[in-house]
Amino acid sequence: MSIEALIAEEQPESFAFTAANEKEIKRILAKYPPERKASAVMPLLDLAQRQHDNWIPMAAIEEIAKRLDMAKIRVLEVASFYTMFNLKPVGRYFLQLCGTTPCMLRGSDDVTRCIKDKLGIASGETTPDGQFSLLEVECLGACVNAPIVQVNDDFYEDLDYDSTARLLEALAAGKPPAPGSVAGRQGSQSAAGPTSLAGLKPKKARTARKARHA
Amino acid sequence: MPKLTVNGIEVEVEAGATVLQACEEAGFEIPRFCYHDRLSIAGNCRMCLVDMERAPKPIASCAMPAADGMAIDTQSERVKKAREGVMEFLLANHPLDCPICDQGGECDLQDQAMAFGGDASRYTENKRAVDEKHMGPLIKTVMTRCIHCTRCVRFATEVAGVPDLGAIGRGETMEITTYLEKTLASELSANVIDLCPVGALTSQPYAFVSRPWELNKVESVDVMDAQGSNIRIDARGGQVLRVLPRLNEVVNEEWISDKARYAIDGLRRQRLDQPYLRGSDGRLHPASWPEALEALRAAIKKARPAGMGAVIGDQLDAESIFAVKTLMDKLGSPHLDCRQDGAKLDGKRRASYLFNSTIAGIDEADALLIIGSNPRLEAPVMNARIRRRWLNSDIKIAHIGPEMDLTYPSEWLGEEAELLAGIADGSHPFAQLLQQAERPMLILGSGALRRADGAAILGKARQIAEQTGMTGKGWNGFNVLHNAASRVAGLDIGAVPSKGGMAVAEMLSAARAGSLKLLWLLGADELDLAGLEKCFTVYQGHHGDAGAHAADLVLPAAAWTEKNGLYVNFEGRVQQGLRAVFPPGEAREDWAIIRALAELLGVNLGFDSLDELRQMLCASHPQFAELDEITPAKWGKFGSTARLKGGVVEAGLTEFYMSCAISRASQTMAACRKAAGQPDAAQAAE
Repeated sequence: MSIEALIAEEQPESFAFTAANEKEIKRILAKYPPERKASAVMPLLDLAQRQHDNWIPMAAIEEIAKRLDMAKIRVLEVASFYTMFNLKPVGRYFLQLCGTTPCMLRGSDDVTRCIKDKLGIASGETTPDGQFSLLEVECLGACVNAPIVQVNDDFYEDLDYDSTARLLEALAAGKPPAPGSVAGRQGSQSAAGPTSLAGLKPKKARTARKARHA
Repeated sequence: MPKLTVNGIEVEVEAGATVLQACEEAGFEIPRFCYHDRLSIAGNCRMCLVDMERAPKPIASCAMPAADGMAIDTQSERVKKAREGVMEFLLANHPLDCPICDQGGECDLQDQAMAFGGDASRYTENKRAVDEKHMGPLIKTVMTRCIHCTRCVRFATEVAGVPDLGAIGRGETMEITTYLEKTLASELSANVIDLCPVGALTSQPYAFVSRPWELNKVESVDVMDAQGSNIRIDARGGQVLRVLPRLNEVVNEEWISDKARYAIDGLRRQRLDQPYLRGSDGRLHPASWPEALEALRAAIKKARPAGMGAVIGDQLDAESIFAVKTLMDKLGSPHLDCRQDGAKLDGKRRASYLFNSTIAGIDEADALLIIGSNPRLEAPVMNARIRRRWLNSDIKIAHIGPEMDLTYPSEWLGEEAELLAGIADGSHPFAQLLQQAERPMLILGSGALRRADGAAILGKARQIAEQTGMTGKGWNGFNVLHNAASRVAGLDIGAVPSKGGMAVAEMLSAARAGSLKLLWLLGADELDLAGLEKCFTVYQGHHGDAGAHAADLVLPAAAWTEKNGLYVNFEGRVQQGLRAVFPPGEAREDWAIIRALAELLGVNLGFDSLDELRQMLCASHPQFAELDEITPAKWGKFGSTARLKGGVVEAGLTEFYMSCAISRASQTMAACRKAAGQPDAAQAAE
């Protein structure tokens, strides 16, 4: 992928951090010794991305390089290495779909198909209205609740074709549902409810112990 | 000093050495791509895997420090398999385009695939393809061939000091590029071509020109600057096709500047290949050698010794300088000068014009003051050494002269000459830093020495050296940085005005006034030669540059690639350049022209061949007999104690790419200049 393909065609002329982010940068830089301030490159890239519609323009990369006394190419190396940094504009809802083995076994292909059906986009594409972007990513670390789509900062879990369709509709309507399992389970508890020691209740357990002691 | 065994052979290596170096020490070659002696360790190609006793898997020998009692096996079946495996992975995405690749025949990947790889490929899938990158007019990129060793990235960042190169993306989509594909802005950029172990970065001007086995290789010395970088000249069929660096730890290590490497296409353009004589119509007409030499003889006879002067150019070999000096002495003319830039160095005290600390001495210096010089442009390879010293130690560096980017931080003290007085009397804060340093050093450039008060500056610099303890106890930190390859040889031989003689500037004004009847320029082009109508001007050299245009008689001579000659670098190191090709047309070697002229004049110079000339030179200046050696110079009084004149100190050079007749004729250098954002030569001349 050449550099032209990697970065946005239209780049803003300049980039400046907001006053709130300037304060945050101060807090971040205070964590590192001054001669090692290059360590702050990832938090600063993240700040820039959050400030700038979820993507990092080259002007921001140059600004960060200047602040951290780094060569511009070093900042670009970091920004282009991590898929979490977007160097091109993405939609309002940035969907990161996990396609790694556990999610695939649990039906991530259905989720992909649903997104393609409803929004008409494949991985790396954005809808014409600029609302949705899709990127297939590697393991998001929530395999127990596979398959997963990460929408901006939130995980939506236990998806299938229909629930994905409902999720997309809610997002399009501007009413994002609560993050987590769309099947309604708590955290990572078993989808089918408790499967072992189901008959036991805490109280009974106590009496049993008492009985043994007696 | 850890002791370890490699394949049962016990070796002792220096502390901090790697297993790879220990294996080399024991005589076993370890294949490698990313590892390079002069760069930081990356450990990403995995080609150097070896077996270590009690290690569960093969180790990357380049990144593993050698430790006491290690038992290394480089010949086990597992190592062989590991190498084959790594090679197979490297070749998975490497195109099979060796027949059209310029690296073919001198390719590490090709050679190591033959030596350590499997016999056939099992890979049938599509290979990845990568867009070419723009890295300037010197570096041609075929990035599909890249194996991501990152040698080029590390060179640009560490040695050249221009962190423009990097690897973007990750995994299979990783690509080496410059930031937004801008030109690699370094005077040493083309060294990445030598470093590249595959054909990803190849030489743009040399693209598809020749195969390595077709070339005639000759060892020589670079004359584009005064460092005397060791080079290898590759020629074929009477043409110099390329120049590569040759390893010399104490001079250029294994780097050369872009000018040394690429100005050679200037050797094919604007060459003087026959004598020319200015006719009564004011134009230069071709002449034969007998006519030309007869015209010169007549002019010398007419001018009388007192009315003739000679100027030595910046790239003349030592033998020719000695021949001119001998001829001028025998004729009785005192007007001879080798200091084209007008440096106020009288050549009497050898320590006053040498880089006394030697280039290798930079590795010990702990404070450095640069006066009137831009080492990045004047000796880029040496500048990389200063940079390395800065990276590895807390050396304090400051400069007096224009503000400049030297690739390492240097405190800018200002550009006024008076600052020197402050440092000499200890009142300037940097003087204390120099005094506290154990091995302080100063570099005095021609920007300071060519000033009208150059002798006073030289005196002040000597005072600084003595006040801050730069001299004595096996250390001499007083350094003069010359820009001309011929300068130290000229001063060693004494090619300076003798009693009653005129220096270059005086000769030129006398020639304009008409009191100097004959001016003999031996490859001297860097002068203002306007208004010399009253004087019979003779240009002996190899290019139709400023000198030839102003001349009434042009004598075609050999360029440095076309003759055997001795050159003395700014350290005072005598090195030999060998002939790679023959001079074009009627052009002759300088010493032979001088010898033929002496014959006509009826003067016996005492030599009939280059060998005899060398013997004479060594007899009168014994240091020339010590090839590749430095004869240390004795310290003493030099320079003047006159007051400084004030005003600003300039840098010796402000222009890197086009600084001599050869580089000014080079199209490659013109392209580099343009890429660097400087106006092209035609505009500059206006």
